[in-house]
Formats: sequence, structure tokens, C-alpha cells
Amino acid sequence: MSTSIQQDILTKIETHLEAAYPNEACGFLLGSQIRKKRIITHLIEVENRSTENQRRRFVIDPLDYMKAERFAAKEGLTLLGIYHSHPDHPAIPSVHDLEYAQQFFSYFIHRIAAGKMTDSRSYRLLDGKFIEEKFTILDLKEQIQL
Amino acid sequence: MITIFIPTPLRRFAAEQAKVNVNAKNVAEAIRSLTSIHPSLTPYIYDEAELIRKHVRIYLGEDDIREKDGINTLLKEGDELSIIPAIAGGSI
Repeated sequence: MSTSIQQDILTKIETHLEAAYPNEACGFLLGSQIRKKRIITHLIEVENRSTENQRRRFVIDPLDYMKAERFAAKEGLTLLGIYHSHPDHPAIPSVHDLEYAQQFFSYFIHRIAAGKMTDSRSYRLLDGKFIEEKFTILDLKEQIQL
Repeated sequence: MITIFIPTPLRRFAAEQAKVNVNAKNVAEAIRSLTSIHPSLTPYIYDEAELIRKHVRIYLGEDDIREKDGINTLLKEGDELSIIPAIAGGSI
């Protein structure tokens, strides 16, 4: 399995997550998957609905999930994963992340240190555990070729 | 006929279908019909006590069935159910 993300999507993630700092922020990742090649080409920002502690938790409203699936179906895309920030914490999944993890999805976790995105990693659930998946960043020229 | 929407992560257990049609009078019957058509979905929807999993939400239209009569919520012809995974997490 190979996973790629467009540079402009990663830039949008950075802008979104840095603006939300020191709170956690989150959204959906969409794109296409052909056989074992996954390419992330779109994102949907969603509101963090956590009523607990938004500096340490994120929750996505089920209705936002429904909207993301509908958007994917309408645009001929596939819902490929979730992104969220770990403000002033490493880009490593927590026990809480694991508790809610779904198979199939790529989980992009981004460390936001003192308001700046300093690390981005992606994980997939395999046999009940998170395994880090390497991803490549597609620049504009590579995007056009696709 | 009731239409049940299958979320992307579970489609591989439902022959890659996004929607499955069933005949049912209530939510419990609809979900049972779904898992009888696609038995591989069962462990992702029900827990060991055969209750709907804690992190699985079922919506009738745009309403959470927990705010109606739960799995006993009555259905009518043309209703749409959605199975929605709870999405959450956090840094600690």
C-alpha cells in the first residue's frame, strides 16, 4: 500500500490546525484508491465537537460524517481518512485515538508545537494496533501529471 | 424497502456496497437483515452481548435512533438508515 497527499492539502491542514491551536482540530481526507495506491486530493474541515477538553480531545459529529460520505459519493471520491492535531504533543496515536480507530482509514496526526506544525505522520489500523504508514507529498507538477 | 447506508470502512465486509436494501419493521430487524446478508459485518456492528457496539451510531434520516426508541424505532417504507462510526480521539 502506498499513500500520497497533495502538497496543497497538507498546507490547508497546516493552516487549519495552527489556527485552532492550542485546541485540537480535525477533518476528513478524501481522494482515490486504485488497488494499493491511495492518493489524498481533498479535505473537509469539521468542527471539533468535544465537550470535554478541546486541548486534548476531538470529536466529530455523526452528521458531519454523513455529510463527508455524501460529498465523497457526489464527487466520485473515497473517504480515506481523518486528520487531527496533537497540540504540544508528539504525532503519535494515543490510547484514545486507538479506541476509536477504524480499519481502512489513514489517520494523519500532526504535532503543533507552540502554534506551528512541526511533524506529520500517518497510521493505519492493523490487527488492533496502529502501524505507521509512510506517505509521499505530491508537489503541483506531480499533481498535474496525475 | 429500507435502505441502509454502509460507511466506507465497513464496505469491504458488505461486498463493497455503499447501500443495502432490506425489508424490516424496525431498526433491530433491519440491522439483523443486513448482517444476515453480509455476516462479515456482524462483529463490527454488534458487541459480544449482541448489543449495538458502543462506538457505532445508527441514524434514521438525520436523527440518532438513541433519541427515538433505539433499536425498537419503527420504520416505514422508503426510510434510510445510516451506520456511522464514532470518530474521536485526542493527544493523551
